Amino acid sequence: MAKEFELNEVEVWDGNYAASQALRQAQVDVVAAYPITPSTPIVEGYGSYVANGYIDGEFVMVESEHGAMSGCVGAAAAGGRVATATSSQGFALMVEVLYQASGMRLPIVLTVVNRALASPLNVRGDHSDMYLGRDSGWIQIDAFDSQEAYDLPLCAFRIGEHLDVRLPVMVHQDGFTTSHKAQNVYPLKDDVAYKFVGDYVPVDEMLDFTRPVTHGAQTEEDWHFEHKAKQHKALMDAPKVIDEVFAEFKKLTGREYKRVETYMMEDAEVALVLLGSSVETAVLAAKQLREEEGIKVGIVSPRCFRPFPYDLIREALDVPTLKAVCCMDKSAPGGAMGALFNEVSAAAYSTNARPMITNYIYGLGGRDFAVDEAKRIMKEQKAHADAGHITTNIQQFSGLRGPKLGFYETRRS
Amino acid sequence: MSKGVLATDKRGMRELGAEDKVGWDEVTKGVVLDSFEGDASDVVHQKAEERHYTDFNSYTATVASWRIIKPVYNRDICIDCQNCWVWCPDTSIISRDKQMLGIDYDHCKGCGVCVEVCPTNPKSLLMFAEAEDNDEALAGWPQKEKKAK
Repeated sequence: MAKEFELNEVEVWDGNYAASQALRQAQVDVVAAYPITPSTPIVEGYGSYVANGYIDGEFVMVESEHGAMSGCVGAAAAGGRVATATSSQGFALMVEVLYQASGMRLPIVLTVVNRALASPLNVRGDHSDMYLGRDSGWIQIDAFDSQEAYDLPLCAFRIGEHLDVRLPVMVHQDGFTTSHKAQNVYPLKDDVAYKFVGDYVPVDEMLDFTRPVTHGAQTEEDWHFEHKAKQHKALMDAPKVIDEVFAEFKKLTGREYKRVETYMMEDAEVALVLLGSSVETAVLAAKQLREEEGIKVGIVSPRCFRPFPYDLIREALDVPTLKAVCCMDKSAPGGAMGALFNEVSAAAYSTNARPMITNYIYGLGGRDFAVDEAKRIMKEQKAHADAGHITTNIQQFSGLRGPKLGFYETRRS
Repeated sequence: MSKGVLATDKRGMRELGAEDKVGWDEVTKGVVLDSFEGDASDVVHQKAEERHYTDFNSYTATVASWRIIKPVYNRDICIDCQNCWVWCPDTSIISRDKQMLGIDYDHCKGCGVCVEVCPTNPKSLLMFAEAEDNDEALAGWPQKEKKAK
């Protein structure tokens, strides 16, 4: 029996430690992991809990992240609660197996500490790896600070393992700005946290010898489409369970999570849509700008990145006063508009407000995003609103050295 | 060829893809497929032909349509050493009570491993073109090779 870990009412934890404590409290059966900056302390912490008797499960050291996720798939198919952690290049190496995990409907929890993708090699935080996972069929939830990096994995087990969902879940946090920043965290006691997560209920487990099953079957043109459609429907139906779990978590802790977080949107004339640790910066800038210049700025943040909250984004942007929105993508777009821009625009197109929408690429490779820059971008949105049309290129770059870079102009007057 | 090797055998009873097709709402979660009908606790003690395989177990399907060369088995030379049975990667050597019965042509992919590992002289298994008649293949079977001194 695992030992109880003594916790204070308030602890000072960074995002990595917070995530590792959540995995410990969930009493994961198998963690198969390979270390990579900046997520290493999550599995390092987990390994020490196993070694010191705080966990009854197994820690499997593997030869790569491909092996790590493969080990997770095997253990989950066998019938265990399974989790791991990774970042960046490790995430990229996992990608093939991520699709296996979701297609096989195995509710693995992957804590991802977001980091840029090479080349050039970079260990700092941006959202390239998170974006790389967006078509993989996983639920993706984003934590903006250490408290959330602790809370959301606990919710993730509940969501993914729910019998109506049975899908793997990623919980993201920003590399360094969240993973290595120590903040006050209010943890639950071990028994309270475990009771919230609940016992794992295996489904179609390979260790049931009375009912041998095939996992990972091959399907061709006669079966594949039906299976992928069923998988997609499970993902599209997941919001019901996500909302329920968040509501229950609020009842337990008082901390409220929503698939789309909105700040000061009720009367907003301009808005920023962004993810991760930048949300806090943007909210601070918006408050200051409202006070200093009376510009009514709101912030929208899709905490649940997948399934994309088309419904709630539409609701958040259907504000009669809203004129201009800037979607900020912290990932190199690779020859397109940023993903947030594309998806938020699609949702906003069917609103009555139908605001002007522009795109900023920012923060690549850990480039700082500060309050003053957030304010400058907000004021630029106000200029669009006042002019009645987009006064800049549609896609621009924030915090980039060199001649001004931008693409596409509006054809709407 | 395999049909009738064991009277009760259900292997290769249908073409792959002949199973009933259902819509997305009826397919299993995660493409999990049952191997056996009912409680399979005792299946490990049963011989293949005694087991109740489901339609989604490839045992009951013909899954060798793309084989282009095939092993032919010569009972007259075989010493029942079971080497081919051990080495076959697709469990396509049919053997009961340590006696070799023949090739499961519904599952054999024609890799030739059984021929490679056959220790007799001449070999009891040889590869022939898929279209070649087995009786003709047996009629032209090579003679024992003399050891070079």
